[in-house]
Amino acid sequence: MITGAKMICEALKLEGVEVVFGYPGGAALNIYDELYKQNDFKHVLVRHEQGAAHAADGYARASGKVGVAIVTSGPGFTNTLTGIATAYADSIPMVLISAQVANSLIGTDAFQEIDAVGMSRPCVKHSYLVKTIEELPRVLKEAFFIARSGRPGPVHIDIPKDITAIKGEFKYPSEVNMKTYKPTYKGNPRQIKRLASALMEAKKPLLYIGGGCISSNSSEAIRKFVEKTKVPAVCTLMGLGVLEHDNPYNLRMAGMHGSYRANMAMSECDLLISLGARFDDRITGKTSEFAKLAKIAHIDIDPTSISKIIKADFPIVGDVGSVISDLLDEVKEFEFDLSTWHSVLDRHESLYPSFSYEDSDEILKPQWVINECAKITPNANIITDVGQHQMWVAQFFKFNEPRRLSTSGGLGTMGYSIPAALGVAFAKNNEVVLNFAGDGSFLMNIQELMTLTAERKKVINIILNNAYLGMVRQWQTRFYNERYSETNLEDVQPDYEMLARSFGCDSFRVKSKDEFIKAYHECLKSPRTCVIDVVISRFEDVLPMVPAGAAIYNMILPQKLITKDSK
Amino acid sequence: MRRALSVIVENQHGVLSRVVGLFSGRGYNIDSLTVAPIAGTEFSRINIITSGDEAVFEQITKQLHKLISTYKVFEDCEFVERECVLVKINIDQNLAGLDSLLKGYNGTIAHSNDEYMTICVNDTSDRVDNFLKTIKKYNPKDCARSGVVLMEN
Ligand SMILES: Cc1ncc(C[n+]2csc(CCOP(=O)(O)OP(=O)(O)O)c2C)c(N)n1
Repeated sequence: MITGAKMICEALKLEGVEVVFGYPGGAALNIYDELYKQNDFKHVLVRHEQGAAHAADGYARASGKVGVAIVTSGPGFTNTLTGIATAYADSIPMVLISAQVANSLIGTDAFQEIDAVGMSRPCVKHSYLVKTIEELPRVLKEAFFIARSGRPGPVHIDIPKDITAIKGEFKYPSEVNMKTYKPTYKGNPRQIKRLASALMEAKKPLLYIGGGCISSNSSEAIRKFVEKTKVPAVCTLMGLGVLEHDNPYNLRMAGMHGSYRANMAMSECDLLISLGARFDDRITGKTSEFAKLAKIAHIDIDPTSISKIIKADFPIVGDVGSVISDLLDEVKEFEFDLSTWHSVLDRHESLYPSFSYEDSDEILKPQWVINECAKITPNANIITDVGQHQMWVAQFFKFNEPRRLSTSGGLGTMGYSIPAALGVAFAKNNEVVLNFAGDGSFLMNIQELMTLTAERKKVINIILNNAYLGMVRQWQTRFYNERYSETNLEDVQPDYEMLARSFGCDSFRVKSKDEFIKAYHECLKSPRTCVIDVVISRFEDVLPMVPAGAAIYNMILPQKLITKDSK
Repeated sequence: MRRALSVIVENQHGVLSRVVGLFSGRGYNIDSLTVAPIAGTEFSRINIITSGDEAVFEQITKQLHKLISTYKVFEDCEFVERECVLVKINIDQNLAGLDSLLKGYNGTIAHSNDEYMTICVNDTSDRVDNFLKTIKKYNPKDCARSGVVLMEN
């Protein structure tokens, strides 16, 4: 017989958990006492519970494993909501354990009591309020299973304090057997055959690669498919890295800030095969104009995704990797000739190369900084925050592998990047971990710099500092007649260099190319977490841009094209 | 358009609010809702009457399927449908014709005392609507509807 708190530790050990991110408190004391006594996995004390959730999320994205966070009841739990919602929006496997007041106090408005499962319900894949010690082992087992299987997502377990204190028998189930939860992995063979015939007839087929290709580890299968069939592919922000950056069939990112070629390919294709993507409005633009000429094949493990926004002609529920391999089997004898389609796409590319910007020697351009980082450290693990810098990284960093980019795609959560980078640093020991943030975002969870220092983890943080809430400023420039309502941060900034130093980081402020390159090399040499505050051109916009609600072929394009994104 | 749904779920705390949350989260109305455990199983049956357009309804049913606690969703099938209504009327008034009305609707007197009589009718929702229209002339003091119970046939 062991206590509930000990059961939690035992379960984490049996699940192969290496690290948990958390913050203690009254209702969590029994759990924390047990954490103190064990050596099976590491607990990382974050400085804010939102950080715990984002760190678990970053860890999960980079490692492909389930991220784990533990927090106390009431405010400890409520602080994690943004992090849970962020993981939910991007289907990231996570188990969040929150302490709750004792069962006898639930419903009495006790100190630090909140209806935690009630609050997390709309943004978790599943949740549990544990009422008895007998059910705790099963609940823990199911939580990990649900988090990582099917369409992954966050699972929340709320555990009252008395349950962590009382003892019970610990028999950890070896398997999960739930009558109500059985994800479908294998695609329907008849639908796959139908799609195969359509593919062999198509003149302008196109793959549309989403985050599901990364969470299902399908990159290998997709690369094989592309190599054999020569079907070109566009990807979403979440799908970056599934195909190598310079794979000749990679048309790069599509959507609101996608390339001209990718968006035209979507608009002109006659068969669009969506792989683990969900037709987000940032991709489709005006839906009535989206891929108007195409038959739509929609492959997703989550049946609710299919036909939700765009009606699918070939709905296929299943694991992307499994379905695409089956599809390849069906067409592998066929000789594809897509040369006409490719020459159309090449023409688009020569018109407006993806991606391009006008460089300058007077003032640093964010695109140049990102390009330079990609040159010096092509295999870095990238984290971004949310804003213009995020889109520039998506456009200009050369991603060659899945799980190299951690970014808040679905929810667009500012404050994500420093804690997520902490999680990535734990997943990718001794690799370069590079965080790009805006000056606005960087302040939102800056306290986690302290955690990085405390844990002796190294992240190189690059603030692309335009002294604006840049992405909002861009919309104000273009659609609100330059009324910069509450977005101007000039003269109201902290001294990031000093601030970073106070957290024990190395820091630099740079204004020129030479200064940047020098500082970046210094950072690579340093054992510490570093911050480079990069003063960039204030009014740079992210282009191309599709105005919200417009058709994706209606792009605002860069005016002058001097520097092409170099190979 | 009126929609009937019957959802078989695990009989556990929190499940009902998850189901209902799918409707409220989309600003979708629930016209009637009934829930009870299914005897001899670990499941409960939740019956929902709602109205709305095809696309939203399809999403709701898919989302219901997606809930980890959902075992089965019956929708758009042939249902046997019953709803119970209790009506309380003052016995001081002229009750002529009430007898035959009750007979027509398979109604019974569920309870009476020296002031009030409570009658009960068990029928499809449409017929319960009609019954309630007719019974108006007896100036009902109060009335309680159960919500619809469904079973696929
Ligand atoms: C938590 C949160 N609040 C507000 C927003 C809205 N928002 C999106 S981008 C942005 C500006 C980001 O500014 P900054 O971090 O400086 O990056 P930049 O766009 O300048 O690169 C804002 C306020 C958000 N995405 N998340």
